[in-house]
Amino acid sequence: MKRSRFPLLATLAVLAFLYLPIAFLVANSFNASRYAANWTGFSTKWYQRLTEREDLTTALGTSLKIATYASLAAMILGTTAAFALHRYRSKFQETHRLLVALPLVLPDILMGMSLLLLFVAAGVDLSLLTVTFAHITFCLSYVALVVSARLDGFDFTVLEAARDLGATPFQTFRKIALPLLAPGILSGGLMAFTLSIDDYVVTYFVKGPGTDTLPTLVYSMIKKSKELPVINALSSIMLLVTFAVVAIAQRLTRRGSAGENL
Amino acid sequence: MNRRREWLNTAPSFLWLTVFVVLPVLVIFAIAFRPTLGGGGIGDGWSLDAIRSLWDFSYLELLSRTVWISAAVTGLCLLVSLPVAYAMARMTPVWRARVVLLVIVPFWTNFVIRVFAWQQILHAEGWLADRLRDLGILGENDRLLGNAFAVILVSVYTYLPFGILPLFAAAEKFDFGLLDAARDLGAGALRSITTVFLPGIRQGLMTAMIVIFIPMLGSYIVPDMVGGTDSQMIGNKIAQRNFGDRNLPQAAALSAALTLLVIAPMFLKRKKNEA
Repeated sequence: MKRSRFPLLATLAVLAFLYLPIAFLVANSFNASRYAANWTGFSTKWYQRLTEREDLTTALGTSLKIATYASLAAMILGTTAAFALHRYRSKFQETHRLLVALPLVLPDILMGMSLLLLFVAAGVDLSLLTVTFAHITFCLSYVALVVSARLDGFDFTVLEAARDLGATPFQTFRKIALPLLAPGILSGGLMAFTLSIDDYVVTYFVKGPGTDTLPTLVYSMIKKSKELPVINALSSIMLLVTFAVVAIAQRLTRRGSAGENL
Repeated sequence: MNRRREWLNTAPSFLWLTVFVVLPVLVIFAIAFRPTLGGGGIGDGWSLDAIRSLWDFSYLELLSRTVWISAAVTGLCLLVSLPVAYAMARMTPVWRARVVLLVIVPFWTNFVIRVFAWQQILHAEGWLADRLRDLGILGENDRLLGNAFAVILVSVYTYLPFGILPLFAAAEKFDFGLLDAARDLGAGALRSITTVFLPGIRQGLMTAMIVIFIPMLGSYIVPDMVGGTDSQMIGNKIAQRNFGDRNLPQAAALSAALTLLVIAPMFLKRKKNEA
């Protein structure tokens, strides 16, 4: 029977569709024209302009700082959550599971709005701290999700064996559980980091006036139609960094899984 | 002893999520019943004003628009993802992994920046609009940007992986021998797909529908950046009440409505699972 070529062609078309805007961004970042509409010649002036924009560098620093704190906290909270969910079977854990799933399904705007109202009601001033708390909240669930996948098939009896042999709970955790779970925790943390860097909506609601993360600064630049080509240049550089990180992560995980086979 | 250990192990995430997810959602419902003070304040006592303000035809229109745009995006995403998931499931494992990576990578680009790219592509004086006008597809005064078409197109773009990946995960486990059997027994291509393949990946279809439809209901960035006045969604209204009018109780009332809208399909799903 002849198999239809349609699915394969559709896949190619979809991949082209997915990469079209990204290719467009990179190409346009070298466009001399101030207006994206037409190509008026090759230029690197937007990259040069980028280096002069200190507010962008500051915002990037803020984003990186928040992402670091949020992903570290989420790695701890998410790992303990996944651990509890796998280890214990009780009504309590059913509720716990529902709680962990909530941030995954709650639309960003509701999360942002509800946290804003919470902070307002509690009289907490909006700042980078409230942003970090908000980021920890949604990152936690993603880390729990990733670590959970890793825990499927995890043999908890090794931990009991360690305890029986005289290890303290802390030693058991540090010497047995942590090394076994490290790849899952790290990839969860990496995911949390990217989610934090990427977030606009929740941040916008809880950031308060004045301070900006990279997405909120870029958004307001777009809204004010200010120096749009500079955003193209910035995006191209960020793309390059992302691809580099992905390539390195791929390498590391491949080496990691090779190590497991030993 | 064991219970204490369970509690110690569960408490950090449990308490965190209670304080930063459950409590805030309850606060939404509480503040929706508060009076409004000028300048973004929340008054003391209780009031039905904010809730009553929802009783307006324009909100009904906003709500139905939010639902139909979300439904259209969900439907289109599934339609486009189906052949892709099918093709991926029939590839060799090495190619599967490659295509999965190819599908994910664009989404490591910042969301705002991806939408911004579309804003430029669909621009009124852009290359695409010019060509479409030359071809006579786009009228002299028609625009690609600032309408529901742009919102749907860009939303489909941003949610496509959420359609492709769950469908692929389900299709990967599907026994394609069943399709051959259906064909051998005389079913046409279309019939064997609708009566054998689609039921076979039902779980994936369900997951994809939920992970696209629910976040879509809360869309804010896409309608804000590429939509027009006739394609704003409930999320935009919430932001406007909040940042523009500084009317927190009304923003809360709208958020409460959206929360109910989001929870409804989840309960429908639960019912179905129980049945």
